[in-house]
Amino acid sequence: MDARTAGPGAGTRRAAALAAGLLCAAALALVALAPTPAGAQVEGAAVYDRWCAGCHGVDGDGQGPAAGRMLPRPRDFTVGLYQIRSTGTGELPTDEDILRVIDEGMPGTAMPGWSEVLTRAERNALVEYLKTFSRFFASSPEPEPLDFPRAPGSSEEKLVRGREVFELIECNRCHGPAGRGDGTSSPTLENDEGHPTVAADLTEGWMFNGGGTVEDIYRRLRTGLDGTPMPSFSDLVDAEVISSEDLWSLAHYVRSLSPGERPPVREVVTARFAEEGPVPTTPDDDAWDEVERYWVPMVGQILLPPRWFNPRVDGLWVQALHDGQELAVLVTWSDPSRSPDPAWDEWATKVMEVMDHPDAGSTAGAGPGDRLTVQFPATATEGMERPFFLQGDARRPAYLWTWRSWQAGPVEAEARGLGAEQPQPADGQDVTTAAVWEAGQWRVLFSRSLTTEGEDDPPFAVGTAIPMAFQAWDGDNGEQGAQGSVSTWYFLSLQQPTPMAAYVAPVVALALAFGLLLLMVRRAQRREEGAQAPASRV
Amino acid sequence: MFAKPTTGLALLLATFLAAGCGGGGDAGGGPGAAAGDDEPMTSSVDASTAGNVSGTVSFTGTPPAPEPIDMTEEQVCAEQYSSRPTTQTVVVGDGGGLANVFVHVREGLSGHTFPTPSAAVLDQEGCRYHPHVLGLQTGQTMTIRNSDGVLHNINASPSENRPFNVSQPVEMDTERSFPVEEVMIPLRCDVHGWMAAYVGVLPHPYHSVTATDGSFSLETLPPGDYVVEAWHERYGVQTQNVTVTTGGTAEITFEFNEAMAGNPVPLAEPWVLTHQGEPGHAVGADRP
Ligand code: HEC
Ligand code: HEC
Repeated sequence: MDARTAGPGAGTRRAAALAAGLLCAAALALVALAPTPAGAQVEGAAVYDRWCAGCHGVDGDGQGPAAGRMLPRPRDFTVGLYQIRSTGTGELPTDEDILRVIDEGMPGTAMPGWSEVLTRAERNALVEYLKTFSRFFASSPEPEPLDFPRAPGSSEEKLVRGREVFELIECNRCHGPAGRGDGTSSPTLENDEGHPTVAADLTEGWMFNGGGTVEDIYRRLRTGLDGTPMPSFSDLVDAEVISSEDLWSLAHYVRSLSPGERPPVREVVTARFAEEGPVPTTPDDDAWDEVERYWVPMVGQILLPPRWFNPRVDGLWVQALHDGQELAVLVTWSDPSRSPDPAWDEWATKVMEVMDHPDAGSTAGAGPGDRLTVQFPATATEGMERPFFLQGDARRPAYLWTWRSWQAGPVEAEARGLGAEQPQPADGQDVTTAAVWEAGQWRVLFSRSLTTEGEDDPPFAVGTAIPMAFQAWDGDNGEQGAQGSVSTWYFLSLQQPTPMAAYVAPVVALALAFGLLLLMVRRAQRREEGAQAPASRV
Repeated sequence: MFAKPTTGLALLLATFLAAGCGGGGDAGGGPGAAAGDDEPMTSSVDASTAGNVSGTVSFTGTPPAPEPIDMTEEQVCAEQYSSRPTTQTVVVGDGGGLANVFVHVREGLSGHTFPTPSAAVLDQEGCRYHPHVLGLQTGQTMTIRNSDGVLHNINASPSENRPFNVSQPVEMDTERSFPVEEVMIPLRCDVHGWMAAYVGVLPHPYHSVTATDGSFSLETLPPGDYVVEAWHERYGVQTQNVTVTTGGTAEITFEFNEAMAGNPVPLAEPWVLTHQGEPGHAVGADRP
C-alpha cells in the first residue's frame, strides 16, 4: 500500500504539528513579542514577563494581549482562584499544585506545559512570583492538602456502583447521561467571570484540565474546580450521603468512560473488507462495534478569515467498511446539543459576545445547525500530492460529502476553496447519509458505491489510499461558514478482500502439521508398545 | 493610590506619641490607634444606654413587571407554584415597600465586641433561596439547607473571603461561614441558572433585610452618629446619617425608583471597623 510508505509517524507528526501550530500560533506569536530577561539569574518576574504575560497579562490579571481569543480565558492570578488543587474548595493551592499545572499545562485549554521549555529553577521561581499577584497568599496560613488515600483497584461491581452514584448525586444534570456535557443545565453554565463554560466531556479523559488518571479524577471530585460550576463533593462523604468508597467507584466509572490515554493519531484509516456480507446501512448496526475506530483530532479554522478560536468539536472517531460494491464511512463525535436547539440559543450569543472577533464576516448567534463535511481530492492524486486542506483551490478542487442536521442533502459537491462549493445536480447525488443524535453524540453514516455513474465522482479503488479530511460545525456554538473545526489530511485505504490462497495455505499447513503429529505419536506409541511388551505380558 | 494602611497607622501612632499621647479620652482614637499590631481594646454594648434605628425602604413609581422563571426542567420545583414563579430581584409590596434591601450600619461603630450569633439558615426551597438576601456576622455559621431534594450546588464567589462551591444532591444541611466582612457576596446555583442569593457579612449585628412592606430595624445600638447604608441588587446603594440616643428610636427612610437601575451595585466593599480615621477603607484597598 503506497500510502504506508510515508509511515504512520509522519502523519501523526503532521497532525500534531497542525493542531499544536494552529492552537498556539496566535498566543505564542504574542508571547514572543514580550521582552527577553535581562540577566542570567532566575527571576520569577523576568521569566513570567517573557513566557506568561502574553496570555496572563503583565499584572497577572489574565488580560494579556492574546487573552480575548481564548475560552476559557487565561487565569486572573489576582483573585487567587485555582482549579487544580489538592486542597478543599475555596482553599489556596499548595506550591506543588501550582508547579504541577505549570509543568503539565491544562489539557483542553490554551494553557501549555512548561517542563520542557523552562528549567526547574525557573518554574519554582514562577510559583513564587504568581503568588505575589494575590494578597491571599501572604495573608493566609500555609494551605493544607486534603488527605488522599491510595486508589483502590477497580472491578465490575465498582463500575456498576460508580454508575449508580453518578445518577444518585446527579452528575448527569451537567454532564449528561453518558457524560458528554449534554445535561439539562449545561446550556446555562457560566464560570465566575460570567463566561459560558462547558461541562467537561467525560468520554475524553485526556482533555481533563487536571489529568485523566483515576487519582486525578478522585481529587477533582473532592476539591471541585474553583471558579467553575464544577462543585466539590467532599461534603457528601462527611454527611454520609455517599461513602468514600462510593466516591472511588465513581472515579473509576468516570475513568472507564474514556480510552486509557490520548488516542494515537494514525494516518491511514483502513476500510475493512466486510466478509460477512453487505456493509451496514444504519449508524446503529451492531456490526460497527467490531470495526476499528480511528481518532481524528480537530482544531479551530484559524487560517482564513473569518477565523474561529472556540471550536466545539475537538475530534472525530472514524470507522469505515466496504463490501467490494459499497463504501460506508461512520463518523462519531461528541456534541452536547442537537442543533438547532432553542435551549442553546443564548449560549451562542454569549460565546460571540465574549470572544474577540476581529474578522469581517463573523456572525452573531447560533448557526443554522450541525454539519460534517468529508473531503476527498476531486481528481486522482499522485504520491503525497493533495488539494489545499480547506476545500481545495482553483487548481486542485476537492470533492465533498456534507451532512447537515437542518436539511437533507445535497450531500455531494465540488469545491475550489473554502465556502466556494458547488453541489452536484440533484439527479447526480450518489451518497446517502443516515444520522442519529443520542446522549450528546452524533453518529453519521455516509454510503456510496465504489464506482458511480457521476462524472465528477472520483472512484474508490480497492487497494489504493485516497486522501481524506474532515470539517465539523456545531451550530449552537455559533459555528457556520468558515468558522468551524478542521482536520488535516488522512488516507482512506480500502482493504483488499483476502484472497482464497490466504485461507487455503493455513489449512493445508495445519493439516500437514496435524498429520505429522499423528505420525509421530503413532511411531512413539509403537516404540513404547515394543519396549513395554515383555513387562506387560507378566 | 494612597499609602498602605499599616503606613498610615504607623504615622498616626507616631503623631500620638509625639503629642505625648495625653488626654483626649476619646473612646475611638485610643484603641483605634493602638490597633497597629495588637487587638483593639473592646467592650460589649451596654443595652441600658442603647437606642434603635428603624424605618422603611419604599419604591416610587411603577415597579418593573416581575420576571417569570421557566422551571419546566425541574418539575419537583415547578409543582410547588400555582402560578408561574418569578425572580426575587424587585419585590414591591402593596404599600410600595421594597423588599430584599440590605440595610446596615456602615460607619460609626468602634471599640465593641459582639458575641457570634447562632446559625442563620439559607434554605433552598422551590428552587429559590429563602431568604434571597441574608445578613451574617463574621464567623457566624450559615446553615445551607436543601429542602427540595433535587441537586443544587451552592457556588459562592466572594472577593474578600475565599469562595466555595459545594454540591447537595439530596435533602441535607451544609455549614459554612465567612471570616471577613464583605458586602455583598453573590451565591448561585449552576444547576438552576435562575437561582441567586446575596449574603452580607459584617463584624457586628446591625443589619436587617427589608420585608415585603419595606420595613427594617437595627436594634440596641450604642448612642452615637452613624452612617446607615441600604443596598439593593438592582438599584445600588444609598446612605443616611443618623444619630442614636439612649432609649430613642431614630426613624429613617430610603426611596428607590426604576431610574436607579443603571447605578453601580457594589459587591464586596467591606471596611475595617477599627480604622475610624479612614471611613470606608476597604481591606483590599490595593484593588482598583
Ligand atoms: C497561550 C496562552 C497561555 C500562556 C502562554 C500561559 N498560560 Fe497559563 N493559562 C492559560 C489559560 C487559558 C488558563 C486557564 C485554563 C482554564 O481555565 O481551564 C491558564 C491557567 C493557568 C494557571 C491556573 C491553574 C489552575 O489550577 O487554575 C496557572 C497557574 C498558569 N496558567 C500559569 C502559567 C505560567 C506560569 C505561564 C508561563 C510560564 C503560563 N501560564 C503561560 C493560558 C496560558
Ligand atoms: C453544576 C454542574 C456540574 C455538576 C453537578 C458536575 N459537574 Fe463536573 N464539571 C462541570 C464543569 C462546568 C466542568 C468543567 C470545568 C472547567 O474546566 O471549566 C466539569 C469538569 C469535570 C471533570 C473534569 C475535571 C478536569 O480535570 O478538568 C470531571 C472528571 C467531572 N467534572 C466529573 C463530574 C462528576 C463525576 C460529577 C458528579 C459527582 C460532576 N462532575 C458534577 C460541571 C458540573
